[in-house]
Formats: sequence, structure tokens, C-alpha cells
Amino acid sequence: MSKRWRAYLLDRLVGILGLAAAFIGLLFLVVLIVSIFKLGIARLSWDFLTSFPSRFPEKAGIYPAIVGSLWIFVGTALFAIPLGVSAAIYLEEYAKKSWLANVLEINIANLAGVPSIIYGILGLEIFVRTLQMGQSILAGSLTLALLVLPVVIVVAREALRAVPPSIREAAYALGATKWQTIWKQVLPAAFGNILTGIILALARAIGEAAPLIVVGALTYVPFIPRSPMDEFTVLPIQIFNWVSRPQHGFVINAAAAIIVLLVLVLGLNGIAIFLRYRSQRKVRW
Amino acid sequence: MRYGLFLFGIFLVGLLSSCGKQSQQSAESQRAVVRIDGSSTVYPLSEAVAEEFRQVAPDIHVLIGVSGTGGGFKKFIRGETDINDASRPIRAIEDSLCRTNGIAYIELPIAYDAMCVLVNPQNDWVDYLTVEELRTIWAPEAQGKILYWDQIRPEWPHEELHLYGPGVESGTYDYFTKAIVGKEHASRGDYTSSEDDNVIIQGVASDRYALAFVGLAYALNNKDRVKIVPIDDGNDQNGAGPILPSPETVRNGTYQPLSRPLFIYVNRQSADRPAVEQFVHFYIEHMPALAPDVGYVPLSEKAYQLVKQRFQQRITGSIFGAHGSQVGVQVEALLEQAGQP
Repeated sequence: MSKRWRAYLLDRLVGILGLAAAFIGLLFLVVLIVSIFKLGIARLSWDFLTSFPSRFPEKAGIYPAIVGSLWIFVGTALFAIPLGVSAAIYLEEYAKKSWLANVLEINIANLAGVPSIIYGILGLEIFVRTLQMGQSILAGSLTLALLVLPVVIVVAREALRAVPPSIREAAYALGATKWQTIWKQVLPAAFGNILTGIILALARAIGEAAPLIVVGALTYVPFIPRSPMDEFTVLPIQIFNWVSRPQHGFVINAAAAIIVLLVLVLGLNGIAIFLRYRSQRKVRW
Repeated sequence: MRYGLFLFGIFLVGLLSSCGKQSQQSAESQRAVVRIDGSSTVYPLSEAVAEEFRQVAPDIHVLIGVSGTGGGFKKFIRGETDINDASRPIRAIEDSLCRTNGIAYIELPIAYDAMCVLVNPQNDWVDYLTVEELRTIWAPEAQGKILYWDQIRPEWPHEELHLYGPGVESGTYDYFTKAIVGKEHASRGDYTSSEDDNVIIQGVASDRYALAFVGLAYALNNKDRVKIVPIDDGNDQNGAGPILPSPETVRNGTYQPLSRPLFIYVNRQSADRPAVEQFVHFYIEHMPALAPDVGYVPLSEKAYQLVKQRFQQRITGSIFGAHGSQVGVQVEALLEQAGQP
């Protein structure tokens, strides 16, 4: 066999293996979605979405959990996005190569690998106890914001770095200040990619249960939270509770709640993709 | 970037409004709230009571968290909760921490749970098990030694024994080891453990040579998938021969030693708040009807009366002497003893 032929075969083989690898992830997703839908789709109804928890599976619903999840989602976004993007702007545009920048960089990268339950313990001590926020949505949001912050920062930096330096130089040449350049040119150009990172981070936040349980998220909440200081529960905690109940009806409820969570995450992703699409259309140099 | 400005605006408003809320905290604490945390085993009971309680007192917010019996006590000891759900009596260390923090508690047994020993429906050789045999199977010494069914009883097949059980962090495990091995937290380690009893059921249902233990509600809800094994405790005074777990045999004390009481611990100071007091009374009153709904066994009528008295008289401290799990307890007798002035 000639050398060229071998190289060609190897090339094809790697291609096929890559395809298979890509499909394995997809396969598991499909299996998961199919089994969940088969189990839970019949349980979905308006009543299910608007009822409170109950000891009878067929009467139980996820109203407080949905509202709690939305509160947490919005709260986490409000804290994580401005902080994360500001940090990324500093590190990428302002920070000089110094030991301080290096220390920050290494720490942020490391934070991304810290288990989420550790953030829960941190949030419990700092927000719930020291700052006396109690077991509130505010405390939960801040904890999750800390959790996703490293991801937001890392992705936002990548996005800023992807903006060609020529754009900045052109802005400076026309007499713009550094901030004018960032605000008017760099950020709009990077907006789409930043958004992708934000959505990935927030999708993670909405699926978290462990740190919120530590912070003091409840399982049974008989009312709809009305302010950031109210107690709350979220969908993953409700699902977790139902999965481990003895009656089979609760397992079906869990499947139905998982579908709702999936739709929620996909819907939010959809909005982000739409926004990104619009922003990319607007960017013209 | 108008989105960014917009979001930042909301962020500021949110911050300000939450600061405003902070100053309302004193008003917030006046809001009628009953805070509960603790055992996931007791959670369905508290949830059922809270659900019914909402019908009669919609203005009182009952909040229930699930951090496990021990995790719940940690919050209870800090005074963060009014009631702790517990699947075992309070431990000495928890009791002394309560003292140092100036927290007195009222201990109220509310229902029974039981541990059931399960095998696969196709297992046609196990007719019953004695406590002695269970000890042979589960004792720490059995690790790596008791591996075949015929090592338990010679006439059983020479097939591998596959053990399943709850994780070592659970109250169910604590009680089972105490009742069978004689020491809390002592058992062999080479068994398949899961925090989720449904996973254990799954294991037994698909494995002919499996043996497991789970809570009563899980066993009774899966009768068609697993076989429940009668247990002989060798003590003929509480029913002779092997006894099958059922609501009746648990309540009349014949299914021993694997029946156990469940508790709520009420903070003595909280008990004087009308919302908490009303809720606890409601809890005790409705247990006989609500416990079976979620798969547990109510205490006797007399026991509930004694529990009610105990709460009304605000008798603090543990009837178990804060020694953790105890085996074969008769709640009624203990309460009666404790009720004597």
C-alpha cells in the first residue's frame, strides 16, 4: 500500500470516527428525550402548570417551581451579565500584562472548575448568614451568578478578542477615546458571541439544584414569590424530590416537569439565537 | 447596546428595591410563617399536612425544605427553623448543641415507618428470614465472605448473593444497621447502594439473586415487581413466627425489629407563635387520615392523644434520652412514662 493511500484511508477513518463521536452525544439526547416524552407528555396540562404541590400525584403541579426558576434565571442574569462583561472588558482591553492580570486570569480559569456545591456553601455563609438575606431569591441568584461568572468572563473575553484589532485602530485614528471605541465598536461587534456564552451559562444556572438546596431553597412553597426577598423553590429541586418518591405517579410528574424545563431552556436559547442573529445583521464595517 | 443599558437599569432598580425590602424585614418576620426542614423520609407527611392546612389557614405560609435529618438539625440548632422533620430521635451531640444555643425542643412522634426486606419475584426459595440470618448477611464481618445464598441456609441454591441497600448517609441505613447488626452505621460495605429507593427496587426487580431493604412505602407501591420477605425476630411475645410487614403488623408492634417511629421536633419558643401552634395541632390531629395517604402507618389513637398532651404541656427533651436510633420502641409506652410528672 502506498504511503498516499494510507494517508487517505486514515483521513477517511478520522472523519468517520468524528462523525460517530458527534452522533453518540446526539443519540443519548434522543434516547433521553424520547423516554422522558413517552413517560411525561400525557401528564402535561394547564392544571399541571398552575397547581401547587400535593401528596396526590395527579393533583400536584409545578406553579411555584416554574415561577421560582424564572425569578432565579432573571436574578442570575442581572448580576452575572454586567459583572462578567465588565470583568472581561477590563481583562481584555484595559489590563496590562502584569502579575495582577495573571493572578486574576488563573483564578478565573480555576473557578470555572470548582464544583457547584462549593458555591452553595459559600453563598450560604456570605449571602444567607453574613449579609442576612435569608433563604431568598436574592441569595440564590447571587450564588448562581458567582457560579456562572467564570464562564461568562471566559466566553466574553474570547468574543472581545475575536474583534479584529484593525477596528480598534481605525477608531483611535479617528480620535475616539478608549471607552468610545469599546462602547461604539468593539462591544456591538462582540455582542453575538458574548450572548452565546451568557446563554450557555444561564442554561446551566437554570438546571442547578445542589447549590440552591445548600443556600436554602425549599421543596414545598405554598405561594408565588413576589419579591427578591421571598423564599422559593425551583424546577430541578421539585423534579429531584418527585423522582425519589415511592408512588409511580410522582415519577411521571417528574418526567412532565423535565419536559417543561427542557422547553424553558430551549425557549430561552431560541430568544438568544434570535437576538444574536439580529445583532449580527446590524454589524457592518 | 441599548439592551445592555436597559438590563443595567433593571439591575439597579432590583438592587434598590431589595435594599428597601431589607428594612421591611422586621415586618416580614411578623408574616405568619412556619419553617420546616429535615428528613426526606418525613417530607411527604409534612407536605400532606401543609397541603391540607392551606385549605383552612391560607394566610399562614408553611415552608418545607429537605436537607436530611442531620442537615435539618443543623439549621434547627441555629434557630433557623421552627420544626425539624426527623426519621430518627435526636442525637446526644445535637441535643447538647441545642442546649448551648439555648434552643429547647418538643419531640413529637407522628407516625411509623418500616424497613422491608425484598427479593426478586422469581426467587422461589426464600420463604422468610430471621433476624439472625439478616445479621449474618449484613454484618461487617460478612464482607467478602457471605457471597452465596447457600451460606445463609444450606438448602438454598449455590448462587451469588447480590445485595442492594440505601446509602450510608440515610436514616434508613442507620436504623437498619442498628436493628439488625446492633450498632448504628455498622455493616458490610460491599453492597450496591443508592440514595434513591426507586433505584434499589429497580435493581431487585431485574435481578433474580438480589436481596435488599427499603422503606415500607416503596415496598408496598411496588408489590407487583418485588417480593416482600416476612421476618422472624425469634421473640414470640410480639407475634410468633415470621411476620410480613403491613400497616397492621407495624402498628400493633408485631413487625419487629424493623419498624421505627418518625418525628417532628418543634422549637419550644416557636411553639408559642400562634401560626406554629395551630399548625402542629393540625399536624397531630390529621395524622391518622394523612399518614396512610403517603404510605406510612399512623400511631394508635391513644398515642396521638399522648402526643397532643405532650405538645400542649410543652414537655421538652427527648424520650429517647438523645441516644439516636433505638430498636423495638413502643411509642405509646414511652410517652406514657414520659407523661408521668
